[in-house]
Amino acid sequence: MDPLRDSAAAIAAAVNRREMSARAIADAVIPHVERVDAQVDAYLQLTPELMRVQADRVDARIAAGERLPLAGVPVAIKDNMCLLGTRTTAGSKILGNFVAPYTATAVQRLLDAGALPIGKTNLDEFAMGSSGENSAFKMTRNPYDLGRVPGGSSAGSAAAVGGFAATISLGSDTGGSIREPAAFCNVVGFKPTYGRVSRYGLIAFASSLDQIGPFARSVEDAALAYDVIAGKDPLDATSVDRPVEPTATDLPRDLRGVRVGIVKEFDTGELGGAIDACYRRAYDDLVALGATLVDVSLPTAKHGLATYYLIAPAECSSNLARFDGVRYGLRVDGADVGEMYERTRASGFGPEVKRRILIGTYALSSGYYDAYYVKAQKARTRIAEDFARAFERCDVIASPAASSPAFGFNAKSDPVAMYLMDYYTIPVSLAGLPSLSVPCGAVVPEGGDRPMPMGLQLATPLFTERALLGYAHAYEQATQHAEKLAPVEAVR
Amino acid sequence: MRHVARLARLALSDAEIDTFGPQLANLLTFVDQLRELDTDGVPATAQVVPSRNVERRDVLRPGTMLSHEAALANAPQAEHGYFRVPRILAEES
Repeated sequence: MDPLRDSAAAIAAAVNRREMSARAIADAVIPHVERVDAQVDAYLQLTPELMRVQADRVDARIAAGERLPLAGVPVAIKDNMCLLGTRTTAGSKILGNFVAPYTATAVQRLLDAGALPIGKTNLDEFAMGSSGENSAFKMTRNPYDLGRVPGGSSAGSAAAVGGFAATISLGSDTGGSIREPAAFCNVVGFKPTYGRVSRYGLIAFASSLDQIGPFARSVEDAALAYDVIAGKDPLDATSVDRPVEPTATDLPRDLRGVRVGIVKEFDTGELGGAIDACYRRAYDDLVALGATLVDVSLPTAKHGLATYYLIAPAECSSNLARFDGVRYGLRVDGADVGEMYERTRASGFGPEVKRRILIGTYALSSGYYDAYYVKAQKARTRIAEDFARAFERCDVIASPAASSPAFGFNAKSDPVAMYLMDYYTIPVSLAGLPSLSVPCGAVVPEGGDRPMPMGLQLATPLFTERALLGYAHAYEQATQHAEKLAPVEAVR
Repeated sequence: MRHVARLARLALSDAEIDTFGPQLANLLTFVDQLRELDTDGVPATAQVVPSRNVERRDVLRPGTMLSHEAALANAPQAEHGYFRVPRILAEES
């Protein structure tokens, strides 16, 4: 068993059978990750001491006869999730010295299941961005082309798994922040139904949309992590009180009888010949597995971006009001408390966060609230209704996960151009649906010289994670696209 | 811009006003496309997943309580067990 390359399922099996100790895994993984990360910069912070302590604890539990679903599996945590005693920055200067006083529920569940924490991963500041470039601290590079972005906002979590510097990682997805970087980094990225995974200990961005989910190099590993982190948490009132069906067992091998909806309004022809061909091949492969393609219509989806860029900033402006220099984080002094607030926030937040706070404050301000915020909430209703109608005719909707493969640094200077990357993921988020990106091939980007990974987005009705992961597994096992690409030589 | 920045308790430099102004105007033009969408009689969605109000007994949960010390550990300034802040009320004249 090779703990640097093998699946989480294989690692956990070996540790549970005592063929390899968790401690031996930690000792092998730490120097490897340090070497890879010198190139990729996926991590803001490595936690080798914590990893070894946890490994010894896991070995003791195994020796005492326990079996743990993630025994000895090296995991990375997006740095907007709290892990007791570690710096937790959300990629922002305003939390540059914040030390988490407790551990997020999703993280705790991974640890309880035997996972070993490698470190905290880089992200766009407060998870706002689609490239990772909005981090206040560093630029994470795509392990498949170090001159390109890894996607965002869960930039480091995607790059770590894609670059074999973690077996599984946690990300958070508000409008596509798991699925888009997964597509860019040749990995599976899974956003469960809104409310499936507790947000306790996740630094809030847009609370009606934020959802934690896993990255992995296979659907089975993503399912394994999901089974561990999902479920009601008394510490998050919005976590859903519904039984979680185990998803990592008896995954199907074909798609016989499955109706796959192809969205009429999502014309992949507009994305260019090579990208269009990639998705057409993906849809053909679904048919080869026994699925039937059905045309469905999401007439309101084209308004998804506009809807999202009112609702998410509105919620962000409210959530980020807590960063005022009083209880935690940065403080810049002023003559009175008001000046202290204004200077602290001016100095602590980066440009994208400021833009979103301003837009959100405007959309919620007196006189504009109905015209912008309430209007967007109504549009959200219509988008969710579109999906509900589409699912009367199909079991799963297939589409691109992002509008292009990974692009170069500083390629999108206009904020709206960046927002368009999430054209396909945002409507799904607004409807709260479970959704994932699974590798579906490679395309040489315009001006590029090597093929870059592409992702197929699949989305299913609320709470149907088991079906969704099953469809993705069947497609993945039949096509094996992830295996056909390797990270750049410097990372191997 | 300055009014909204004031509401958001965000000091903006002149350079930021010059950069953000056109960007935010562009974004507002973009979101104005929602006017085309008929939402007459459509209810507003705050939460997509069916949910109801969650109640619990109002009791202490020691497992998730921060100690006094831990709660102040990240404070930019603390004194005598409290967060210390600059003057809030003006002196009486």
